[in-house]
Formats: sequence, structure tokens, C-alpha cells
Amino acid sequence: MAQENPVSWFAAPPVFDLGLELPDWYRQLQESSWQKFLTTPEPARTDESWRFADLKKVRFSELQAARPAENVEALIQRAKTERVDDFAAHFVFANNRLVHSEINELPEGAVCLPINEALVEHGDLVKQHFMQEEGSLGGDKFSALHAAATLSGLFIHFPKGATCELPILTHHFASGDFNCVFPHTLVIAEDNADVSVVDTFETATNDEQTIFFANVDLVATNGANLQYVALQDESDHGPKHVQLNSSRVGRDARIKSAFVNLGAEWIRQESIARMMEQGSDCQIFSANLANGVQEYDQRTLQSHEAQHTTSDLLFKNALYDQSRTIFAGLIEVKPGSHHTDSYQTCRNLLGSNEAEANAMPGLEIDADQVKCSHGSTSGQISDEEIFYLQARGIDAEAARQMISLGFLNESIARLKGEAVQTYLFERVERKFRSLRSA
Amino acid sequence: MSQTLNIQNLHASVDGNEILKGLTLEVPKGEVHAIMGPNGSGKSTLSKVLAGHEDYEVSEGTVTMDGVDLLELEIDERSRAGLFLAFQYPHEIPGVTNANFLRAALQARLPKGEEIDAVAFYKDMYAQMDSLSMDRKFTGRAVNDGFSGGEKKRNEILQMMMLDPSYAILDETDSGLDIDALKIVAEGVNRMRSPERGFLVITHYQRLLDYIVPDVVHVLFDGQIIKTGGKELALELEEKGYDWVTQELAPA
Repeated sequence: MAQENPVSWFAAPPVFDLGLELPDWYRQLQESSWQKFLTTPEPARTDESWRFADLKKVRFSELQAARPAENVEALIQRAKTERVDDFAAHFVFANNRLVHSEINELPEGAVCLPINEALVEHGDLVKQHFMQEEGSLGGDKFSALHAAATLSGLFIHFPKGATCELPILTHHFASGDFNCVFPHTLVIAEDNADVSVVDTFETATNDEQTIFFANVDLVATNGANLQYVALQDESDHGPKHVQLNSSRVGRDARIKSAFVNLGAEWIRQESIARMMEQGSDCQIFSANLANGVQEYDQRTLQSHEAQHTTSDLLFKNALYDQSRTIFAGLIEVKPGSHHTDSYQTCRNLLGSNEAEANAMPGLEIDADQVKCSHGSTSGQISDEEIFYLQARGIDAEAARQMISLGFLNESIARLKGEAVQTYLFERVERKFRSLRSA
Repeated sequence: MSQTLNIQNLHASVDGNEILKGLTLEVPKGEVHAIMGPNGSGKSTLSKVLAGHEDYEVSEGTVTMDGVDLLELEIDERSRAGLFLAFQYPHEIPGVTNANFLRAALQARLPKGEEIDAVAFYKDMYAQMDSLSMDRKFTGRAVNDGFSGGEKKRNEILQMMMLDPSYAILDETDSGLDIDALKIVAEGVNRMRSPERGFLVITHYQRLLDYIVPDVVHVLFDGQIIKTGGKELALELEEKGYDWVTQELAPA
């Protein structure tokens, strides 16, 4: 089949032998997904869900499943030096392979395992929740590819009542030109459980054309609290990063997710949040700092599917040089989902006349007594704000940086956990420093 | 070297309109000078020009601070040299906490490579906040973001206390304050009075001067100081109103 398709990105399915007896259902899913990947057309200009996108970025060829990374010890060391201070567990993956794990403390009954091992040991649970999202915001081909590939990443299961204050951390490293990694994060928080997860995506070195095809499944049932953070801090030229996120929120449960993008030449992040039962709440934040010719393309859906559900989205982009951002967000209130309360805001801070911020907010409401608002703004740092900081002795350049950092920090500050906030804030600050010294 | 803030024959314009038309004024260290004037007389322009706002163009005159030519300095250099402006309308800086803001302002005053002592900083800040009856939670809140009018003005005084300037200009600090907040702010200013510091208190109303009693009162009209006197001048002005200024004091 692959040979018959001239636009296939891979000569063969991106799979390799893990030495594990993977369940039949999963092997079948991999095979059918590969066929689906081959037959799904590449994103096209006529496709509304790819409006404004630079499609040249997704004309792939000669990609390959990543071979084992070199200098793994150095990567592990880096991950350990630069991680959230306090954590429950830490897993490091390099080129799709688990290279390091440590568990400090997990609540009783909680499971935190590499996804491939979970396929063997907790096959039924994985099958029930793995890539169940059937809707798409344009990334069908990516999702089929991900399901067809050998994965890395974590399966996290917090059973009823299991809570942990500290986050579970993973680092995903990629290295080597045209090497692809397929990180998957599956988090299941059952009734009244409380779990926090931080994924960090990095490249081993600069200038390598690695590609991340990531996928995140988040599930929270009755009264559970789930927080998920993705920090994409890859090299800022070369890597591409695709990430498809699904959140399914049950009765009186809450999922908070945040996407912080600093690196990569091009990213595409799609997030579908489904508020499925009464009292479901979803909060989605993003803080992105783009410079050079980086292009950050984010598409979201907040789907309200029951009465008395709430959601809030706040995306912030700070743009420099010739960078571009695209935000397309839809709030959908399904028939009968009365008393929905939903917000969506995208704010862009333009640090250059050549930067381009595109925003396409949208609303579709099919219920009564609904409170929905959406909006997007783009602007530059006001001279009066700079004047105010300068009048306190801070030089103009530092003032600009403080204001931009504060602008992005507004969405980071909505997250739970001071150590997590600090971790993200410091990474954003580090990129600002690199902009300043450039 | 003279220990004064010395403004001589200052002419300044904005968008081509001359607002200050030869203003002369000298504030020696240790004194509190008040400037009163009707709307449009140039009060806020004076504060902006002294702080170095780029919209205002100085066409003539000099401003020196302890002998240093202020007009040659950038906005931030003026602040580090010891000038402080309490804004009439303090700006909101979303996402930047009060504590980080103050820290950055103090850090900017240290030589390169020297780090601020965080413990001493917080101790000092909390003590000053207590003296202004400011809740300590304000340290973690974004600068002026969502603050009430009174909270913003108190925050200005807190910044003044922390930055310990040689000369402080208070631009209509009383506007938008209720009497309780006004008293707290005035007490803060009064505690800061010292032989080492000069104040220029700009106000439209005499009320503030009941609480911050000035050594000298100047009346500003149409970009010039047209009368200077003691604190009783403020009371006279209050009694007779600004019509008195325009009709009797203004040069024909």
C-alpha cells in the first residue's frame, strides 16, 4: 500500500519490536490505523480547519521511527537538573524509549506505567479510554498515524479517591533528522481523584529536524480533578510538533490543561474538551512565545453536552520577528445543555510589525439560559505601561520584557501548584533572555 | 552643590501646544512645596515633564536635581538618580506581581552583578505595607490590576517608601480618595518627610494640604507660577476659588 501512495510520509509503518506481547485489539488497531493514515489525504488549502496554516510545513517525506538516541545519560541528567522541584514520579523518554524512571510517592492503588507496559498489564482500561475521540479539528491524518505507531509515554490511572498533591513528570526527548517520536499520555482520574501531570517536550540538540506526533487523552469522572500541562521547549528551528488533545469530563469533575510553547519551528495543537455531564468544568490555558519564523497553530473545541457545565479558555501569544500564530476556537453548546457558562479569550501581544496573529473565535449555541462569551484582541505594549515601569528606574528594554512576561504569566498563574508555575515561568523567562541577548 | 530641585524658565509643549510657559520653581531638600492650580493650568504636564515622558517636548529652560541636569537623563535614569513621581493614574501591569515589580525596581539600582537580599526586601516591604494598612496579599497581586482607586494610590506611596527618593512629586494623589484613605496616604507621606528629601505636592484641592501641611504654596496658572506664599495661601485660594486666580492674580 505504501508504495502505491506517492504522498506517504513513511516507507513503512513507524513501528519497532518492544519485546512485549501487545494485545490483539491493539495490534489490529495499529494496522487499521495505518491503512487509515495512508488513505487520509494531506491537509489541503480548501480545508477550513487548515485556514491560515502554512501547508508547506506538513508536506513530509522520508520520515522514520526514531532510532535509539545517543548520549542518553546527558539527556537524563538534563531532565533531572531542569524539572519541577517537587514531584511524585518522573519518567524520561528519549527517541520513543524509556530511559529513566523514578517514583517518589504515589497514592495507594494509583498506577503510573509506560503506555506499552500498560497495554499488556491494564489492557481493558487502556482499550476503554485510548484515543476514543472521534471528532477532529483537522488532524485526522495525524491521529491515524499516532495510533499506527509504536508509542512512548505514560499511562496514569488514579482510582476512586486517590489524590496526590505533587505532579507526575515526563520528559520526551527527540534527536536525529527526520526521526519521529510518538509520545502518548493517557490519564484517567476516577471519582474524586486528584492528579497533576507535566509533560515536557525537548530536543537533544539544536537544528535537528525531529518531529513529535503527540497525543493526550484525559479522562475525569465524578468529582475528579485533573491538571495537565504540556511544555514544548524544543529547539526553535528544525523540530515540528503535532499534539492532539482530548479531554472528557464527567459529573462535577474538572480538567485543567495548559499548553506552553516556546520552541519548535512549527506546531499544530488541537484540543477537544467535552463537558459530558452536569457540573463538568474544563479550563484550558496557553502561553506562547514565538519569534523568528516560528508558526504556532492552535485549534480548540469546547463542547458542552449537558446542563450546568462550564468552561474557560485563555490563550496568550507574544509574537516577535516574523512569527505567526493561528488560533481557531469554537464553543459548541449542544441541544438541551441549558445553563452552560463558557468563555473563550485569545490575546496577542505583537512585539514586531512583521509578526502575524490570526484569531478565529466561534460560537454555536443550541440551548437556553446560556452564558457564553468569546473575544480576541491584538495589540502592542502600550507606551504608558513602559513609561510607568521606567519611572520606577527599570530600563525600557527590561520594562518591555517584564510586561511581556507578565502578559504570558497571566495564564500560567491560573494553574495549581507553585512549583509547576515556577517551572513554566522560568522557562518562559529563559526564552525571553535568549531573545534579549540575540 | 545645591541640594534642590531647581526648575528655571521651563517651557514645554505637547502636540505643538505650549503648556508650560516659563515655569520657575525651586524645592530645597527638607521642604514640602504644594502646587495648586485650576484644570488646564499645566499641573500634570509639569509632573510628566519632570519624569521625562516622551510626548512632552522641552523647548527652553533647565531642570537640575542636586546640580544634575535632569533633562539630559532618560526616564529610568531620573528615577535611579532619586526622582519619584506618584502617578495621578497609576498603570495596571497584568501578570507582573507587586513584589516582582518592586524587586526589579530596587535591583535596577544595584551595581551589575549584585543581587538584592530577598529576606531583607520582604521584611522591609511588609513593614511598609503594614504602615499603610495594606493587606500583604497585595504583594502577590498584579501591579494595580483590579485595584480600587484608593488601593492604587496607596500602592504608589508604598513604591515611594521602598525606593526612598531624594525628591518626590505627588501628582493629584488625593484624587479619587475617600477621607480615610487620604489620611493613611498623608500619614505615609508625613513619615517620609525629612531634611534629606524634598516634596512637590500637586493638587487641585486644598483638602490634601490639611493633612500634608506644606512649607510653601505655589499657584500655577497658564503654565506659570503666578503667586507663591505660605500654607495660608492654600486656604485663601480655597475660600476665594480659582476665579480669584483667573481674575485678579493672572497677569493681564
